[in-house]
Amino acid sequence: MALTIEEVEHVARLARLNLPAEEKNMYAQQLSSILDFFTILNRLPTDGVEPLAHVLPLFNVMRADETGPSLPRDEAMANAPLAEDGQFKVPKIV
Amino acid sequence: MELYQYTVQEIGEMLARREVTASEVLAASAERIGRVESRIHAFITLTLEEAEKTAKELDARDEIGGLAGIPCGIKDNLCTRGVRTTCASEMLEDFVPPYDATAVKKLKAAGAVMVGKLNMDEFAMGSSTENSGFFPTHNPWDLTRVPGGSSGGAAAAVAAGEVFYALASDTGGSIRQPASFCGVVGMKPTYGRVSRFGLVAFASSLDQVGPITRTVTDCALVMNAICGHDHLDSTSLKVPVPDYTKDLQEGIKGLKIGFPREYFQEGVDRGVRDTIMKALLKFEELGAVVEETSLPHSEYALPTYYIIAPSEASSNLARFDGVRYGYRDGNARDTVEMFSSTRARGFGPEVIRRVMLGTYALSSGYYDAYYLKALKVRRLIKEDFDRAFERYDILASPTTTSTAFRIGEKAQDPLTMYMSDMLTIPVNLAGIPSISIPGGFIDNLPVGLQLMGPPLSEATLLKAAYAFEQATDYHLRTPVLEV
Repeated sequence: MALTIEEVEHVARLARLNLPAEEKNMYAQQLSSILDFFTILNRLPTDGVEPLAHVLPLFNVMRADETGPSLPRDEAMANAPLAEDGQFKVPKIV
Repeated sequence: MELYQYTVQEIGEMLARREVTASEVLAASAERIGRVESRIHAFITLTLEEAEKTAKELDARDEIGGLAGIPCGIKDNLCTRGVRTTCASEMLEDFVPPYDATAVKKLKAAGAVMVGKLNMDEFAMGSSTENSGFFPTHNPWDLTRVPGGSSGGAAAAVAAGEVFYALASDTGGSIRQPASFCGVVGMKPTYGRVSRFGLVAFASSLDQVGPITRTVTDCALVMNAICGHDHLDSTSLKVPVPDYTKDLQEGIKGLKIGFPREYFQEGVDRGVRDTIMKALLKFEELGAVVEETSLPHSEYALPTYYIIAPSEASSNLARFDGVRYGYRDGNARDTVEMFSSTRARGFGPEVIRRVMLGTYALSSGYYDAYYLKALKVRRLIKEDFDRAFERYDILASPTTTSTAFRIGEKAQDPLTMYMSDMLTIPVNLAGIPSISIPGGFIDNLPVGLQLMGPPLSEATLLKAAYAFEQATDYHLRTPVLEV
């Protein structure tokens, strides 16, 4: 299963990774050989097998909807690369 | 014997009897770090000043016991309040968490003295610690070799005597494989046994926090401190925590041990196989019943893991976008460009590879062929274990396919590196507990013995590991680092 450069670009776009042109070839090759390795799974019939996403028999752990202690805003924002007036700042969107 | 060479248990008793002070013990660790760290490179951040303050406070107390006053290291993907937590990534180089991970909080409550944050493969993705965004860590047994990964800094620091124990994480073998390479004890508890709150998420259905120690008793002591339910991690189990030291000396007469033949086949070095076979004879001598068994889907575990773990990672690591914390490329003109260049620059190559792989496996048109298929195979792998544990109390195998490999040896080919996790990965897919202990030596390099048990069988694993440890002297050997 060989990934084309276009496919690598598509996946990189989905993953929000702005890859330098010279790295695209490398990832195309490496990812292709890893995907090749995955094909051994096709030898195994899995019709009717229930997928297992999680090993615990847990569903929707609920708790009472009560207010608890939380981080003060300035502490929660202390690591922000850019902030203003207690809010995260990003480049212009529209 | 120097102070840094004692075990957690011994130092704990000496502290309790007031034969040493916490400050003296810390000074011994600090001195050891000063002597060997320039060759090991286990730490990303040292916190010796903070540690001194903690030690002094502990010395002023009327009583001291348990883990109190004993220096430890924390893998750098566990959040530590006020101390930067980098995940060995440029993305988080300056990230200072506003809270402690629950396991860290529990250790601190027990009086643990944290001396620093330990190196790892970036975001715990790797098997050699060569993927650290900062520098590689060296194996104390042979400085030209890797310590394993991703918790390479943790295992190396414990083996080199820089700390008495370490707290780490295991997603596909990241505690057990480095423990094996460095000749120390590493436990991956049952999924949900230890809270994951504050552990920077890699693959949430596989990640688990656990200890790296020099002896089995020390492992039990740390387990006693870190296990238990936490309302901040809804996957943590509401099951009482036993005293893991209680049954250690019970012996293993009649214990049924299976060894899966798939773990002794081609792909595992002959020397490693022979060493672990010899270890199995020791279990028989100790009264256990040892039989060959089979986990027939073992060969599918590696591809299954390398679909599921990167898929979960691609989702988990979406949070690193340069908005709320971490690195940001400040030159970008719009938001999407800012996300994309931040991520491409902030992540190292292995993280990018896995995020790409996971994104691909989850993307429209490929989801069924990769992710869904892998989840189905995951069930078959888990059912292999379920069946085996109907007949056996625990399973035994080598932890790794070889002893520690050379720095650079596998760094060029990602797939070859992935193969080194072959024997540890199935445990994470099944969510079961497992421990690696020193099982022998080949050419003065440690060989890990892996024990695996059904969910919540940690006490049985520790008991079996203890019996083996007491009947052998592998845990008493230490690497020679004196120049």
